[in-house]
Amino acid sequence: MKPAPFEYIAPTTVEEALGHLAEYGYDAKILAGGQSLIPMMNFRLAQPSVLVDLNKLAELSFIRSEKDGELRIGAMTRHFQVERDDLVAEHAPLIHEAMPKIATPQIRSRGTFGGSIAHADPAAELTTICVALDGRFRCQSARGERWVPAQDFFLGMFTSVLEPDEMLVEIAIPPMAPRTGWALEEAARRAHDFALVGVGAVVTLDAKDCCERARLVFFSVGDGPVEAVKATEMLIGKEVSPDLIRAAAEAVTDELDPSADIHASVQYRLHLARVLARRALEKAFARAAAPGTQAA
Amino acid sequence: MMAKLIGKRITRNEDPRLLTGQALFVDDVELPGMLHAAFLRSEYAHAKLKGIDLSAALERPGVVAAFTAEDMGDDWAPGPPLVIPPPTIEDVEFYTRTQVPLVKDKVRHAGEPLAIVIADSRYIAEDALDDIVVDLEPLDVVTNIERALEPDSPLVHDDLESNLAAHLVQEKGDYAAIRESADKVIKRRIVIERGIAGAMENRGIVASWDNKQQQLTVWDTTQSPIPIRNGLASMFGLSEHQVRVIAPFVGGGFGPKIMMFYPEEVLLTWSTLKMGKPIKWIEDRRENFYATTQERGQIHDVELALTNDGRILGMRDDFLHDTGAYDPYGLTIPLNTQCHALGPYDIPNFSSDLKVVFTNKTLTTPVRGAGRPQGVFVIERMLDIAAKELGIDRAEIRKRNYLPRDVFPYDNLIIDQAFSSFVIDSGDYLPAMEKALKLIDYEKFTQEEQPKLREEGRRVGIGVVSFIETTGVGPYEGARVTIESSGKVNTATGVGTQGQGHFTTFAQIVAEQLGVDVRDVHLVTGDTAQFHWGTGTFASRGAVVAANAVNAAASIVRGKVLKLASELLDTPEEELELEDGVVRVADIPTQFISLGDLAQRSNPLRGAVEPGTEPGLEATAYFGPKYGATAFGTHAMIVEVDPETMMVEIKRYIVVEDCGTVLNPLIVEGQLHGGVALGIGNSFYEKLVFDDNGQLLNASFADYLIPTAAEIPTIEIAHQVTPSPLNPLGSKGVGEAGAIPVPALFAQAVENALGVDGLEILESPLSPQRLFELFHGEEKDA
Ligand SMILES: Cc1cc2nc3c(=O)[nH]c(=O)nc-3n(C[C@H](O)[C@H](O)[C@H](O)COP(=O)(O)OP(=O)(O)OC[C@H]3O[C@@H](n4cnc5c(N)ncnc54)[C@H](O)[C@@H]3O)c2cc1C
Repeated sequence: MKPAPFEYIAPTTVEEALGHLAEYGYDAKILAGGQSLIPMMNFRLAQPSVLVDLNKLAELSFIRSEKDGELRIGAMTRHFQVERDDLVAEHAPLIHEAMPKIATPQIRSRGTFGGSIAHADPAAELTTICVALDGRFRCQSARGERWVPAQDFFLGMFTSVLEPDEMLVEIAIPPMAPRTGWALEEAARRAHDFALVGVGAVVTLDAKDCCERARLVFFSVGDGPVEAVKATEMLIGKEVSPDLIRAAAEAVTDELDPSADIHASVQYRLHLARVLARRALEKAFARAAAPGTQAA
Repeated sequence: MMAKLIGKRITRNEDPRLLTGQALFVDDVELPGMLHAAFLRSEYAHAKLKGIDLSAALERPGVVAAFTAEDMGDDWAPGPPLVIPPPTIEDVEFYTRTQVPLVKDKVRHAGEPLAIVIADSRYIAEDALDDIVVDLEPLDVVTNIERALEPDSPLVHDDLESNLAAHLVQEKGDYAAIRESADKVIKRRIVIERGIAGAMENRGIVASWDNKQQQLTVWDTTQSPIPIRNGLASMFGLSEHQVRVIAPFVGGGFGPKIMMFYPEEVLLTWSTLKMGKPIKWIEDRRENFYATTQERGQIHDVELALTNDGRILGMRDDFLHDTGAYDPYGLTIPLNTQCHALGPYDIPNFSSDLKVVFTNKTLTTPVRGAGRPQGVFVIERMLDIAAKELGIDRAEIRKRNYLPRDVFPYDNLIIDQAFSSFVIDSGDYLPAMEKALKLIDYEKFTQEEQPKLREEGRRVGIGVVSFIETTGVGPYEGARVTIESSGKVNTATGVGTQGQGHFTTFAQIVAEQLGVDVRDVHLVTGDTAQFHWGTGTFASRGAVVAANAVNAAASIVRGKVLKLASELLDTPEEELELEDGVVRVADIPTQFISLGDLAQRSNPLRGAVEPGTEPGLEATAYFGPKYGATAFGTHAMIVEVDPETMMVEIKRYIVVEDCGTVLNPLIVEGQLHGGVALGIGNSFYEKLVFDDNGQLLNASFADYLIPTAAEIPTIEIAHQVTPSPLNPLGSKGVGEAGAIPVPALFAQAVENALGVDGLEILESPLSPQRLFELFHGEEKDA
């Protein structure tokens, strides 16, 4: 379990890093926290000939909020920094709630927010949450930069719209509307494992306590974040009741096409998806209705 | 002698070194000019080897050598069997087929080594593996033990008529007759799956031949350095004194490191002798899943015959045991299974037909528990089912069947793993059960709490199981105790050490005998240059066999100390006491002589040592028990199952352990914590999944799930002490105890939590997926 030979470059500015990516293209791989990439290299599943290490790019490690309340997280911000950040807890409580469920404290001390997104693992919490929260990603290359909505970023298993010469530099999460509730539910074999099935729910109530908006995005059930659109449409404009939630949760299976592995069959995954969707919606609606969320 | 140190909660002598990274592990060994080896391993589980072309690998810069089986010439030979099957059992059939250093004609399990590459670095050696061209013709594979015995099954060993590796029947009383007269006969099939040991440190070897000194030194993560030395010497035509095997600190053994000879042990030694250069090989985690032995796979067809009031009349346990591709370890595991299926119970009639089966999988040898968890699973599950069917409480049915405290020593009349009659030395089962029931509040939980929780829709269950653990088998271990002129005491023994705390427990025994500080007793273990008689660390025997050898040697030294001090202080021995590193006249505190001074006096530079005496305050002694000491206990647990997600949470875990004299409770409890954790893994997380081609589908810690601290509950431990009459310390082993009852307990508690009529758990391990199938009635995926 030793990696194949590779060149190692540790640029000190984003510009320099982008220059290397432009030069080496497909032969290069970005090294962020290394928590996913290094094991893949040790298994020789990934054999990049050049590693461009971003760990010296302090400029990519930040958490701040814009004037309009939008939360900005630098790609090289470590999971543990996000986990303990008050701004994140306040502006994006769903992210705050998800952090302890990602891997172990050891892995969170190295793994990065940007690495998690760029890796595009269909079992990752953060990819799904960014979709559920309508996040956007700033991608840079020597050719220029673009903002890509999270919705459009993920193309499939471990693949995204990022070009080989492109780097994810920043994540933006818009502020939540008033009377918005959230929840993350997952079922994992061990505390630190990737979930067998997980779901993030974000719901907004209108002044008449009817459901104005609802997002239900799953992970570990497909090639990437999977949104149950039709199931959530059943909620829009309706007064929320346990029966309605149950019906919506039951309906999610029509939109999911999970595969089986040694830990969970298709039937079990679909069953979990229904159970977790119901629990997530119950919790999210309860939070949306709670007095504290009125003012936000 | 009043125990001052034995039984005390003393922190471990070895921990400062271990915790600050100062301890030597095999991978810490760095020698000048050392080369690194990597093995090419078969991707197929069963295939004909038609050719290997090493030429491209040999051309790669940095590669020094590469060898196949052909290159070994006459040195190629299948390994000697480690344990020969029991001559004491009539009509035993046994077909010895042992592992080979490198595959010559046929691959028999995935991961079997085909070639070794030796290079300047492990990186280059691994790069070169990709250069090797292998011509393998895949053959049909058999992984399932029932399938393996079908007449048209592929054959693992072509020269045998079938995949039957061994067949043996053990009987006691007349089961067939009692079955006819029983009120109730319960019949079930029980399936137990295979897992790994998963030591934190994988295996590793550094072999070095010094041509000028004509000396071979091998650092090896073995649990058995002395037999390894003896075997290597005879294999390579060296004197035993030319071979030094060092098992330094080892990061967990758990059984597989007692296996010998692993192909790598032979190959590294052979290569260093051939090349004259030191070579290192460190097994990586992926290799460990294929190249290190595994355990547990068995299928049982069981019958329990009872009276209506729940008394066991007899048991039949016919079972298949998976030995994998080879069977060097004889029948140790399934013999343990048979013995432990009898448990702490009075089972007058017993019949067990055992078939050991070859499959295209990594070989099996004992893994912590070594067949015992399977036996315990079988009897405990059958008692649970009997209790349900007869309307008797689970704890009560056990109480009715315990062997009473006055029957010991009790001869079970079947053969155990040491090939002698399975005699239990001592026991007192009922109080251990009562204590566990009290600690977990069994009455209150079952009568009050559980019904209430059930009304709220919560599935919370309780379990309680008893078990025995045969420990401390022979043949013997030895120790040498020496008082040095500094007054410190050196103790050498042959058993290896893998974290059990030998540096502390053995020191306590010596310190107790000689009146010195525990920290002043230095232990050397696992270095054949320091002590070269013994067998190794296995079968929970360190604290029984080696500890009693240490005690015996220390007590002889104590005699020497007293004799010399008595002469020098002109005081009868009875009036002397050993304390604080000195020998003192009991009533006159100012009259004393230190142990260091005595040591010097006993080894003078001038003058004469009297004829018939020996210099120094030193003694070597051995201990070999007549038969093993059998520990026992009761475990209890409360679990909650989420009936929707099928995730399980252990809410309470109680251990009542009786391992005879407790040398150091801190260390005993540590052993129990680790054992229970492994048992929880065996119960709910750890299962090797093979596909039909014999490919392991979860050969990494991403998919093979070992419970972590987050999955292990607080373990509440209580001790009971029933000393063993078989050794002066009265100790019994505890190394495997923690792991043994857990799968049976977990199954019982989860079944109780689910509380569905007719839902029986007859397999181990479970998983959320499997509970979903059982509870929600999913059909198996096609
Ligand atoms: C045992 C274990 C358990 C885990 N459990 C979970 C879990 O439960 N949930 C979860 O979400 N994650 C989990 N992870 C993954 C963890 O969160 C990783 O840290 C994360 O997926 C990758 O982040 P990284 O910074 O380590 O990226 P790296 O491993 O360095 O990189 C991952 C990939 O992304 C690319 N990349 C990294 N940064 C950029 C960038 N800025 N621009 C473009 N490409 C980039 C790399 O080239 C590489 O292909 C687990 C990991 C382990 C080892």
